[in-house]
Order: sequence, then C-alpha cells, then structure tokens
Amino acid sequence: MPLELFTTGEPIADTKAPTDVPIGERWSERRFRGRLVNPANRRKMTIIVVGTGLAGGSAAATLGEAGYKVTSFWYQDSPRRAHSVAAQGGINAAKNYRNDGDSVHRLFYDTVKGGDFRSRENNVHRLAEVSVNIIDQCVAQGVPFAREYGGLLDNRSFGGTQVSRTFYARGQTGQQLLYGAYQALERQIAAGNVEQHARTEMLDLIVVDGRARGIVARDLVTGEISTHFADAVVLATGGYGNVFYLSTNAMGSNATAIWRAHKRGAYFANPCYTQIHPTCIPVKGDYQSKLTLMSESLRNDGRVWVPKERGDDRDPREIPEDERDYYLERIYPSFGNLVPRDIASRQAKNVCDEGRGVGPGGLGVYLDFAEAIERLGRPAVEAKYGNLFDMYAQITGEDPYTVPMRIYPAVHYTMGGLWVDYDLQSSIPGMFVIGEANFSDHGANRLGASALMQGLADGYFVLPATITEYLADGPFEKIDDAHPAAAEALQGVQDQVQKLLTINGTRTPASFHRELGKLMWDLCGMERSEEGLRKALDRIPEIRQEFWTNVKVSGDWHSFNQTLELAGRVADFIELAELMCVDALHRRESCGGHFRAESQTPEGEALRDDDNFAYVAAWEWTPEGQPPVLHQEALEYEYVHLAQRSYK
Amino acid sequence: MTLTQDGAHSSVDAPAQKRGMNLTLRIWRQKDPSVKGKMVTYKVTDISPDMSFLEMLDVLNEQLIMQGDDPVAFDHDCREGICGMCGVMINGEAHGPQQTTTCQLHMRSFKDGDKIDIEPWRASPFPVIKDLAVDRRAFDRIIQAGGYISVPTGTAPEAHATPVPKKDSDAAFDAATCIGCGACVAACPNASSMLFTAAKVTHLGLLPQGQPERDDRVVNMIAQQDLEGFGGCTNIGECSHACPKGISMETISRLNHDLLGALRAGARPKS
Repeated sequence: MPLELFTTGEPIADTKAPTDVPIGERWSERRFRGRLVNPANRRKMTIIVVGTGLAGGSAAATLGEAGYKVTSFWYQDSPRRAHSVAAQGGINAAKNYRNDGDSVHRLFYDTVKGGDFRSRENNVHRLAEVSVNIIDQCVAQGVPFAREYGGLLDNRSFGGTQVSRTFYARGQTGQQLLYGAYQALERQIAAGNVEQHARTEMLDLIVVDGRARGIVARDLVTGEISTHFADAVVLATGGYGNVFYLSTNAMGSNATAIWRAHKRGAYFANPCYTQIHPTCIPVKGDYQSKLTLMSESLRNDGRVWVPKERGDDRDPREIPEDERDYYLERIYPSFGNLVPRDIASRQAKNVCDEGRGVGPGGLGVYLDFAEAIERLGRPAVEAKYGNLFDMYAQITGEDPYTVPMRIYPAVHYTMGGLWVDYDLQSSIPGMFVIGEANFSDHGANRLGASALMQGLADGYFVLPATITEYLADGPFEKIDDAHPAAAEALQGVQDQVQKLLTINGTRTPASFHRELGKLMWDLCGMERSEEGLRKALDRIPEIRQEFWTNVKVSGDWHSFNQTLELAGRVADFIELAELMCVDALHRRESCGGHFRAESQTPEGEALRDDDNFAYVAAWEWTPEGQPPVLHQEALEYEYVHLAQRSYK
Repeated sequence: MTLTQDGAHSSVDAPAQKRGMNLTLRIWRQKDPSVKGKMVTYKVTDISPDMSFLEMLDVLNEQLIMQGDDPVAFDHDCREGICGMCGVMINGEAHGPQQTTTCQLHMRSFKDGDKIDIEPWRASPFPVIKDLAVDRRAFDRIIQAGGYISVPTGTAPEAHATPVPKKDSDAAFDAATCIGCGACVAACPNASSMLFTAAKVTHLGLLPQGQPERDDRVVNMIAQQDLEGFGGCTNIGECSHACPKGISMETISRLNHDLLGALRAGARPKS
C-alpha cells in the first residue's frame, strides 16, 4: 500500500467492557461498576441529542424521564418523520416465544456470524440481552405488533437464522416502533424535560479542552446559525447511504453531523461496510431521486431469473422455461432464492454485467410469482404480499400478478459509522453515538430486522445507563459564545455557508451528488477492486475541487433555502466518499458487504483474511493534504469461533 | 390501487411513450409568511410518465436554479409514502387525483398538455413557511396533549402478560398507520383535524395498555385541537377520502363516543 493513502497510528481498544467476567455477566457488571448521577444532580445536567429516529427519539425520551435537561434537534418538521419510519420487516428479540430453541446466546451467535466476524462480541451480546426488554417496552407503549388469535404476539423468520424471532407490525414495523418513541418524546416535551428544535440541522461540534461541549446548528426556516451548549452530546443521525445518491434512504438523510464530528476528532470506523439490498425497484431514468425497497420476504415465494441469452428482450412471459436461468437456484441449490442479502445482490450484478439483465438499461432481474400463483392461487399471494404488489404497481405502472417484477440491488444501510467504545462513547470524551450512526454491532453485514433492535437498544437501555459514568464528573464549567472554541466553530460554519452562496458557478448541488453517487456505485459498490478504487481516488478530489469552484446555490442563508441545505450535505458526502474508498482499498479481503474482486474463493464467494484483517479500522481525520491515520482495534473471538460462511 | 383507476398498464403490453409530456404548472409562490403569495406559471417539457410528481418538481427546480431563480420550496423526505412529510394540493385535491401521498403520485396520472395547479395545504393552523411548505407542528402539540401511554423506560411488564384480542390489535394498527401528513385537514372545508386526533384516540383506546388514560386523553387532545384553531367536525368525510392511509370515519365515531363517556365520567381538560 503506497504511503500517501494513509498512515498507521497507535492501536485503539475498548477499555470499558469488563472482560474479567464471563460475557453473559459483562453488561450487568458494567452497570454496577459505572458511577451514577443522583436525581438532584441530573436536573443540573444538559444533554444534546441530535436526531429523533429510533435511537435518538428513544434516548431523548428516556433521558428526559430520568430527569436530565435534554435538548433535541431534528431536521424534519416533526420527530415522527425520521427515516426509521420506513423500516418494513420487523425487529428481532430473543424471547423464544416459539419454543424453537432461541436464546440470547443464539441471537448473539447469529449476529456475530451474520456480520462475517467483524463485529465486537461484547456489544453484540449486550444487544441480544436487551432485545427482550425492547419488546416489553414497546408493547406497553401501545405498539400494535401482529398478534395471533389467542391474543399473543406473532413471530416470523428472517434471513440468516433458523428460528422465528422477528416481531412485526405488517410491513410497517419501523413506523409503529418510531411512533412509540415519538409519543414518549412528545410526552417529555410537554412535561418540560426536553427542549425541541424542529427543522434545525447540526453543522459542527464544539470541543472544549478535549470534551464535546455543544454544537453549532442552523435553523432551516430562519437560517439563523447559533451555538448550543451541554454537558454531553449524543449523535443519533443515522447512516450515510446517500453518499451513493440513489439509495433507500430518505432524501434528507445525510452524514453531515457525523462527518463534522469526525473532522473534530471522532474516529470513523469501517466506512467501507455498506449493505446493498437485493430486492429494490430498478432505476427508471436520470431523473430518479431515490430507490424503493421491496421487502426481503418476497424471496420466500418469488423465483429470480434472467434469460439465458444475452440481449434477449422478448416479453418475459414468452420466454420458455428452458431458455431461463434461475441462477440463484442453480448456483446455490440448498439455499436457492433465500441466500443472504450480500450474495443475492452480487449475483444479480454478475448476470447484468454479462449482458443478461432485463428492463431499461439492462439493470434488472426478474422476480417471478407465476409459479407461486399457480401453486397457492392468486388470493393466497394477495393475502401475503398484497400491499407490496400494490406499491410496486403504483411506482412502475406494471401489474406484478401478470408480469414478473423487475428488481435490482440498491444501497440500504451502512454498518460503518463513528467509532464507539462499550459505553457508546466516541473517541471524543462527552460525545456519544447511537443507532446506525455508530459502527459497533453489525460487523461487515447486518442481518434483517436487526437495525430496529440496535436503534432501540442503544436509545432506551444502553446509552441512558452508560452515560452516567461520564456525567458523574459533571456538570462541567459553563461556557458561552465568548469561548474561543465556540467562536471558532460558529465562524467556521458561517464562512462555509457564505462561501457556498458566493461561488455562483454553473452546476447545481444535485448534479454533483448524482456524479459522486454514480462513481461510488460503480467503483465502491457491490464489488470493489484495486484498480477501480484507485480510479475513484483519482476522481473524487477532482469532483471536490470542481464543487468548490463551480457549484451554484441560489438564494440567501437567512431564509428557508433547501438548495443551500443540500449543498452543505453534498460537500460532506464528497469527503466521506474518499475515506470510504481508502478504507475499501486498504482492506484487501472480502467480508460481508465488502467484496474485493481480488479476494474470492475458486467458486467466486467472499474470502476473508482473518490473519491480516480481523480488526476494526478506525480512521482519524487529518487536515487537508495529509493522509488519514488508521487505528486498528483487534477483534478477538472468545465465544464464537471464526468460520467461513457457505450457502451452497 | 392504480391499475384500474388510472388505466395504468404493463410496459410489456403497451410500451411507455417515448416522448415525454409538456405541462403547464401554476404554483403558489410565497417567499415567507410576512408577504402575500401568488400563483406563478411555469412550463416543464419532456416529462416521463414514470416520474413521480416530486421528481417532476425536481426537474423544474433544477431549471430554476440554473436560471438564477429561486427554486420552489416543498417538503418531502422518504419518498416512499410513509414519513408524511410531503403533501400539496394538486388541482384542488389533497395529494392529487389518487388516494396516495404526493411522493407516490406518478406522472402517468396526467397527460400531455395538462395544466396543473399546485398549492400548499390551506388551513390557518398550518401557516405557510415558504411556497408549498407549511408548519404542521400543531399536530405534535395535539399528541403532546395526550397521544401517548405513560410508560417510562424500564417499567414495562413482560409483553405476554396481557393478551390482546387479534381483532382489537388489528383495528388499533389500522388507526395507527396515520402518517400525520395533514391531508385530512387540507381536504376538510372546516379545516378540522378530527381524523388525525381520532386515529390516535382509536389506536390507543382499543388496547388494554391505553385504558388508564383513555378519558383524559380524549378530552385533552380535543381541547388542544380547538386551541390550535382547527375547525369543528361536521362529518363530511372529505378527510377520509383524501387520507393516503385510508383512515376510516369510524375512528371519528369512536372518538365522539369516548368523548361523551369521558365528559359524563367527569373528565375535564387540563387548564
């Protein structure tokens, strides 16, 4: 690896998990050893929480209930809009209501293995432990989970597991869980325990004497840029999948909060770990603004195929059976259409690369229900998948009951994020990171129905318990705008906003975003190679250079200006994209969602290199012109033994 | 379901038109709440029938930015019909001609040469922020008044301690699917928020966990919606017709029943 791409610094380690006791006792031991803050002192402590998704909403509500003074920020009009709302499938919990052999240990094991042995055992075990409390909490809040006729909760199974442990609310589980957290948060706002800042975006972190002490934020309606101070800052701002422009994320989902915190010293861990979901509605045209997921559950009955011949553009219904290639069933006879997400996605790419893709641009494969309709009858298929079929028809104008669906993989989730220790504290003391914004629980691949579990585990149960150890030293010295660190951060944000408005070039922010996204999708997407990543690393600085000399942002900063909002986010995506490519290039192995063309088995499957890469790559920001610094956190597996995944 | 309503068909049966549509848009422009707004006419050309309505507005905005004009402000986020952030009046109908969110309305619902009027939600409790974006925080304040079950984190009993009959759970879910977009208010001649409030009262009131606060919830949420300036409900039903999630008028009957019971039992709103 040439020296100019990065340098290697001191190793990093989590020091908070009590590894002197067995793994099943570590979480309770940590809570016992951690210092507490007495109720009278909590009233003197202020905590900023940025983001109101499952993690941020549940954290703000819980910290408010505990008696802290909480200040909550979100960029949408209401906390109920956070993109957790769009999660479809469900939430895992080791309740073992099915009596099918599930346990905390099995959920822990499945998650570590599903993450392709790149997550931290201690964090995953804790996640499995608190999963059962989440279900209790949500039911008590009135979350209308699916139930059976006896009135008890229903479960279904999901990819990568052999038990039924997924709780769900039709195809809208994220929505219902989020509304539970939202209502709890609104109750705390009404009680005066949480101060709200709607339509407000965090644009910088204020660090004083090595501690996170506040944020700089812009009111998106008035444009006012102001400082907010606290004893601790919690980021719950979600993932960075929108680096790819087209993704299943919301239009506003962005990396600005975590990226600017990274530039203030927070290490960014495993940025190249992104999850590409195999079943999304394909791109239709250049105007496309986002991609829509079709639930993974469709692969239970739909059969995936492409024509055997390249360029066969016949009506799919006229292609005879013996001229179709049901490639997943052919390559993976034992798992067939139900192989894990990363594998299904990569094979779809392979057949399209061979020129056998279908639909506009040849970027699609068929997901065919003809056989299921014949076997089960149309009413049964309607009952199972009706709402998904309607959604597909609404978006594509095609009737999936009579014509095979067309699907293609799309960016869905980012496993990487800001580095945190067992207490969910970042490398900046006083700044905590929860939910998708951190890196800790999913390794190199997230299992279905585990994102909701992690968001709520962090927000309801983990952070409120671990943050006390830090706050026990508080409240910290009062600071205000006069403090040099605050003044410098405020000025920096104002300067950047002003600069974006004065360039007055010839390209819109969206056009840069599209260009960056396409580059990342092609070169740092489902398959990465040394050659491709080097090409991307040559090109990204050029895009950055052009952005800062040729972007056109109309309007002014002191009003509602959505173009200005996007411009700031795109600027950060460009920088983050470069780090993602460096990380992907340095990790010369394939693991989970990170597939390096150079590291595969003779059959073309992902080949890990545990001797050289069983570590978390935590990146430290350096000023422009200097390469980032790599800090390695060694991953040790005491309880789950390293093994190669096979689905043949 | 679009297949019958708008004559949508598979591209296999009839390949989508290659040539796009040319449309005339009349859009409400209002720089901020302090100035008067007006309808302004724009033309867009070569619009694909496969575009979503918001993607069509993206095309217009890219043009406006390049011309140095102020792009049209509109709220949107998930663009998959679930966050509730988008919503405009299209030719006088909330979310346009289909019962869906604005982001899920596609241009195949229109034809070449159409004139389309686009306005923000019209209701005084939803003041205009800019152009098509309005402030819907009044809805959050209605939730704050009682749209929750008081259960601090960590206090919950085992989830299976209280079975819930499936029919109650399913009906609660149907009401709980409300996305808080505000189409009900925009469609109502009285600008009433009754369907929004009733959906939450129904969701929580059908569940055993929601019983202890049931009376207080309904009186406080109703008091808050009055305070916000939403109009009274006269059971016209435009709300349910416009609702992208199909929230039923039965929720309003249920709210009225709960309200009467609560008032008879002596429940009164907090000051």
